[in-house]
Amino acid sequence: MIEKKPIIFLLLATATILVGTIITMVLPFRWINDPKLAIASVKPYTPLQLEGRDIYIREGCNNCHTQTVRPLLSDTERYGEYSKSGEFVYDQPFLWGSRRNGPDLARIGGKYPDAWHVKHMKDPRAMVPRSNMPSYDFLNRPLDTSLSEKKMKALKFPYTPADIQALQGKSEMDAIIAYMQKVGNDIPWRKTGKTEVLGELKNPFQDNMSVLPEGQKLYAEHCAQCHGIELKGEVGPDLRDMDQPDSKVFATIYSGIAAGGMPAFGDTLGKERTWKVVTYLKSVHKH
Amino acid sequence: MNQQEGYADDIVKGFVIWSMVWGLVAVLVGVFISFQIAFPQLNFPPYLTYGRLRPIHTNAGIFGWGIGSFMAFFIYITQRLTRTSLWSPGLAKAQLWLFNVVIALAAVTLAMGMNRSKEYAELEWPVASLVVVLWVIFAVNIVMTIVKRREEQMYISLWYILATLVGVAVLYLVNNASIPVSLTKSYSAYAGANDANVQWWYGHNAVAMVLTTPPLAIFYYFLPKATGVPIYSHRMGVIAFWSLIFMYLWTGAHHLLWAPVPDWVQTLAMAFSVMLIAPSWAAVFNGYFSMNGQWHQMRENYLVKFLIFGITFYGLQTLQGPSQSIRTFSAFIHFTDWVPGHVHMGTLGWVSLVLFAAIYYTIPRLYHTEIYSVGLANVHFWLVLTGQLIFSITMWIAGVQQAAMLNATNPDGSLHYSFIETMVELYPYWHMRALGGVIYLAGLLVFLYNIYQTIAGAKTQAVAQRA
Repeated sequence: MIEKKPIIFLLLATATILVGTIITMVLPFRWINDPKLAIASVKPYTPLQLEGRDIYIREGCNNCHTQTVRPLLSDTERYGEYSKSGEFVYDQPFLWGSRRNGPDLARIGGKYPDAWHVKHMKDPRAMVPRSNMPSYDFLNRPLDTSLSEKKMKALKFPYTPADIQALQGKSEMDAIIAYMQKVGNDIPWRKTGKTEVLGELKNPFQDNMSVLPEGQKLYAEHCAQCHGIELKGEVGPDLRDMDQPDSKVFATIYSGIAAGGMPAFGDTLGKERTWKVVTYLKSVHKH
Repeated sequence: MNQQEGYADDIVKGFVIWSMVWGLVAVLVGVFISFQIAFPQLNFPPYLTYGRLRPIHTNAGIFGWGIGSFMAFFIYITQRLTRTSLWSPGLAKAQLWLFNVVIALAAVTLAMGMNRSKEYAELEWPVASLVVVLWVIFAVNIVMTIVKRREEQMYISLWYILATLVGVAVLYLVNNASIPVSLTKSYSAYAGANDANVQWWYGHNAVAMVLTTPPLAIFYYFLPKATGVPIYSHRMGVIAFWSLIFMYLWTGAHHLLWAPVPDWVQTLAMAFSVMLIAPSWAAVFNGYFSMNGQWHQMRENYLVKFLIFGITFYGLQTLQGPSQSIRTFSAFIHFTDWVPGHVHMGTLGWVSLVLFAAIYYTIPRLYHTEIYSVGLANVHFWLVLTGQLIFSITMWIAGVQQAAMLNATNPDGSLHYSFIETMVELYPYWHMRALGGVIYLAGLLVFLYNIYQTIAGAKTQAVAQRA
C-alpha cells in the first residue's frame, strides 16, 4: 500500500492539497478584479499617497484597523457604504485587516479635516478620550523619498516628474494623512448615501432645560474634540451665539457637511439625541 | 541507547533548546503587548509600538517556538519510526544555525518596520527567501531519511510529517510572491480582493500545516510512548488524515465572510469548515479511545495529562472554529476579541501542551537522566492551564459584549453606541487578559527551570561518572 511508498505518498498528498487550492484560490483569479467590475472613479495612488500607505504598513496599523465595511447594518451605519472589490484593484497588498481594536478605516477618507488627523496622530486621547491608540507624533519627520519613483514604477502607477518633485519638503505625517484622505473616498458615497431627514424639522425639546445636561454630555463625547469643550472652536468653527434656526443646526449635525469635513452624526446619535445636542448648543452664549 | 543506534540526537537537543528560547520571547512580547492594549502609555515609538510588536509576537510563537520544536521532533520521530539515522546530520546542523539567524533577523527587521503586512507572512523578501532555503534543507533531509528507511511501514506520524513538508512549501511560496523595490521593501504580487483571497488561503492553512498536522504527528507518536498502549484505530487515522488534508485547503475564505470576494468562495469555505469537524474529531476520538482502561494514568502520569488536555483543546477548538465560520455567527463576532480568544485556545492549549509533553518525554531520554521534578511539571501544568483559560474565556465574553453593543440600535433604527463607547468597556477584560498572560508566563518559567535543572543535573552526573 501507499504507506510503504513514501514518494508516491508525497505526490498523492500534494495532489490532495491542490484540489481545494485550485478551486478556491487559483480559479477565483478568473473572476476577481474582472474589468467588468472595475469602478471608473477609483484611481491609483499618487506618490505622496503611496508613501503614506507604506508608512501605514510599516507601523502595522492593519493590526488594529480593518479596511472593509461589510454589508451589515452595524457596519454600514457606523462606517458608511459597504466595500466593493473594485475599490481595491490598486491595493498591493490589500489592507483589510482582521481585528478592530480601533474602528474600521475603509471610509475614513474625507471624514475629518487634515487638522483633525494631525492632532489625533499627535495625541489620540486629546481627540478621543480613553482611546488606546499609541501616539504617532514622531511622524513629524522628513519623508524619505529615495524610493518613491521606483515604487511608482514597480506598481505601474502613472505619475509625472512634478508629482515626484512635489514630495520635497513633505513629512511622513503629510504622507499618511494624504493616504488617509484617499481611503474609500474614490466613490461618491457620501453624496449618494447621505442620510436624508424627512418630515417637519421641529425641535421636540425647544426651551426644555431638563435635557441640557444630557446634551452637554453628548457634546463632550462627540463634538468637543473639534469644537472645543467650551465651544470656542478649534478644528471646527466657534459654535457660541449660533444664529441658525434649530432645524438647520439639526440637519448639519445629522447629515454632516461632505465638503467641509464635518462628519454625519445621524447614524451614531439618532434623531432624539441630535435634538438634545442642538438644544444644548443653542443655550450656550459668549457672555 | 540513542547514541548506539547512531541517531543524530545532538541536533534534536539544539532545536528543542532554541525553540524554548523563542517560545519565551513570544510569550514575553505577548504579555507586553497585552499590557499595551490596556495601557497605551506603554507604547514607545517608533520601535516598541503595538503595531510593530504584534508581528514579532506571532512570528516568534508560530515560527520560533512552533516550527523550531517541530523541526526537533520531526528529526527525533523520523529516525525512530524509520529505524534509520538522519540522512545528513551536517545539513541539520546548518539548518539549526540558519533557523536561529532567520528568527533573529525576523525580530529585528519587524521591529524596524520592514513588514509586508500580510499576517504570518510579514517577513520581507530577503528574510522570506532564507526561510525557503531553510525549509528545503529540512524537507530534503527528512524525506531522504524516510526513503532510505529500514522499517517498511510508515506510521501515521510520518504521513503528517510528509504532508507538512509539502503543504508549508506550497503555501509559503505562493503567498510570498512579491515585487521587490529594494532590499527592505516589496509589494505583494496580487492586488486587492485577489490578494485577500490568497492571503487567507495561506493564513488558514498555516493553521492546518503548522498548527495542526505537526502537533498531530507529535501526538500520535508520543501518546502511545507515554501510555505504553497503542493508538486505538489505525484505520480511523487513515480516513482522518486524507480527509483532513483534503478539506482544509477549501476553508481560507471563512476569514473573508461578508468581504468583497465571490460569494461562492465564501460558501464553500463555510461548508468545508463545518465538514472539518469530522476528521478533527476522529483524531480526538483516537486519542480518547486509546485511553480505554488507561484513564488512571491521568492521575499518575503527568505526560498523559498534558497530552489528553492538549487533544481536548484541539477538539474544542475544532468545534468553535467551524461555528465561527458560519456567516451569521461570523457577522456577530468577527473583528472582536472573540477571535484572539479562539486562537489562543489552539496555540496555548492544543499546540503548546502537546509540545510540553514531547519535551518532557525526550529531554530526560536524550540526556540519559530523569526529569528534575515531577512536582514542578504539575505546577507548570496548572499555571499554563489557568493562564490560558483566563485569557480565552475573558476574550470570548469581551467579544460577545462588544458585538452586542455594536449591534444595539435605538427605537428609530440608529445605532445606540459609537465605536469608542463599545471599546472603552473592554478595558476590564484587557486587564484580565494581561493577568492570564502573566500567569501563563509564570508557568512557562517553571517549565524552563525544570528543563534547565534536568539538563544541568545530567551534565554533573556525566562528569561524576567520568571522574
